[in-house]
Amino acid sequence: MEQHAVEQHGKAEPTGLEVVVTTMASDSHTWNLVFLQLLLEELGHRVTNLGACVPDELLVAECRRIEPDLIVLSSVNGHGFNDGMRVIEALRARPELARTPTVIGGKLGISGSGTPARQRALLTAGFDGVFEEGGSVLDFQSFVGSLPAAASRTLPAGSGVLL
Amino acid sequence: MTGHGGGTGDAPAVRPGAPATTGTSAAPVASGAPDASAPSAVPASGFGAFVARARAAGALVVQPRMGMADPLRMRDGLRATRDADAVTVGTVTLDSYTRTGDLEAARRALAEGVGLNGYPIATHPADTTRAVLRGIADARFPVQVRHGSAMPEHIVRALLAVGLDATEGGPVSYCLPYSRTPLREAVTAWQRSCELLASTREYGASPHLETFGGCLMGQLCPPSLLIAVSVLEALFFRQHGLTSVSLSYAQQADPRQDEEALTVLGRLAGELLPDVDHHVVLYAYMGVFPRSPGGARLLLEDAARLAVRAGAARLIVKTTAEAHRIPTVGENLRALETAAAAAADERARPALTAGAPGPCAVDTGIEAEARALIGAVLELDADVGRALVRAFAAGYLDVPYCLHPDNAGRARTSLAPDGRLLWSSVGSMPIAGIADGGGPRPPILGSAGLITALSHVQRTYDDRAADPPRTPLPPPPTPVPPRTTSTPRRELGLTTP
Repeated sequence: MEQHAVEQHGKAEPTGLEVVVTTMASDSHTWNLVFLQLLLEELGHRVTNLGACVPDELLVAECRRIEPDLIVLSSVNGHGFNDGMRVIEALRARPELARTPTVIGGKLGISGSGTPARQRALLTAGFDGVFEEGGSVLDFQSFVGSLPAAASRTLPAGSGVLL
Repeated sequence: MTGHGGGTGDAPAVRPGAPATTGTSAAPVASGAPDASAPSAVPASGFGAFVARARAAGALVVQPRMGMADPLRMRDGLRATRDADAVTVGTVTLDSYTRTGDLEAARRALAEGVGLNGYPIATHPADTTRAVLRGIADARFPVQVRHGSAMPEHIVRALLAVGLDATEGGPVSYCLPYSRTPLREAVTAWQRSCELLASTREYGASPHLETFGGCLMGQLCPPSLLIAVSVLEALFFRQHGLTSVSLSYAQQADPRQDEEALTVLGRLAGELLPDVDHHVVLYAYMGVFPRSPGGARLLLEDAARLAVRAGAARLIVKTTAEAHRIPTVGENLRALETAAAAAADERARPALTAGAPGPCAVDTGIEAEARALIGAVLELDADVGRALVRAFAAGYLDVPYCLHPDNAGRARTSLAPDGRLLWSSVGSMPIAGIADGGGPRPPILGSAGLITALSHVQRTYDDRAADPPRTPLPPPPTPVPPRTTSTPRRELGLTTP
């Protein structure tokens, strides 16, 4: 826990979700990750924050190890679409992660805000939500709120109850 | 080095009695700097020499961040930078695949025509890059490679192979905030990279290396830690053979705090790097940028004015597109010219400079904190790299909000209503009680507080742009300078996609 700079903020609820917050291999930005961790912890969830420039193998390995209730990919360097398409394929290829709710957000291309085509491509590739810049935090919060509480679930993560 | 032009009586056309670096005990230290020290340390050619000549001529060097994957567009961008109505140096900013050493991904992206966010210098053939630079990059227009890599050897090799010898970064500043490379490995890689770069001196080159330590996370890092890391990285560069360096500092949220900080940085650099050519480079704000073109422009103009007042020799600009996307060449060009004009305007303000003592005469403890941090680190080991590794392990250096596993992660900061950066917690850094006056520290920020702090500058400048008359400049009740009213409107038309 202490390995990461942002210590637990707020109290994790027993019903809180186990969340992995991460960016992708080419992205060195972390303020987005710091913010998401604080936000999710204040909502009572437990966060493992993987930090900057997370290689695909590490990202997949950590998610397999933690078996989270939610995976949040955040990227703001403009490579997010490209990297995200690759990462979701790697995640979905693992049976234990095939149905884990997984979302992506941030600035996903190098030329301004998102296009509907880009969002469709990401959803088709396996993401459960796409939150591009501009007022998307509330959408993200309501998405998180729509997930069943961890304690209320009778099936292990990835059993297909969510989608 | 601050203090350039700060001497009285010499070159009045350059900087008439700049208050920023004089009027305090700094004067004796700084007085030898401008022209006296220049001949001994400044190399005859290269990036450092160019900046020194510009400074001697009284011009602020301005520089963009600019990198495109396509060689022809990269060349056009460099040419436009060179031809701007300003004293400029060029930039080749690399893409983030190259930065992280994933050359296979860079190659694939080029082959598939996927957009890259910079110039892949290690992927394009060296001949291609030489053609990009031919007839543009030379002694009158030096070009620097900007990258962001914690392990930059492949980048240094690639830039040397195409005839360049100026770059930037540092073992701490490009490791902790931007990578997951262990600090120890980054130190080793940066040592080899410095030695590689310095080895070109044998062949008559004057390689130049700029610290990125004055940026650390871009925002919400108090000045004393920025100064300490910038100075320590410069000492690291010198230990590994560099004789021409620059020390960075990034504009924060309070001009008075920044002016004090830049003055301290220049003073410490002069003291600790007396035998090395050096200058101070200011980065226009590196945090969340104003959304409005007018706000972005005001912030950039404040950076340029700050650079002049506090004696920075070079400024790296930001554009009106910063909040939205990677800027176009045209946007970069306008930013360069805006900054140069603001700098010239600031330099020509005799009333303010000759009048009341500058606000930076106030000592809020930045210097004492920076000295305590630098001293504590240097005491750990005679080798600067080993000292840095031990310092982070002990928490003597602790970058607020940095997620890197080698960062202690106990330091926290917040922002006063006036934009001044404050420590909420100093962790184990040896600066407790130096600058806080014994008062209670501000509380630790939550997610909402963090967003408010991160967007403070954006909000402040967007508001100022929307309501220009409230521009809180102390000096004259001049109505409103024509430039600040007319240009944002013009820029709106030009930059709205």
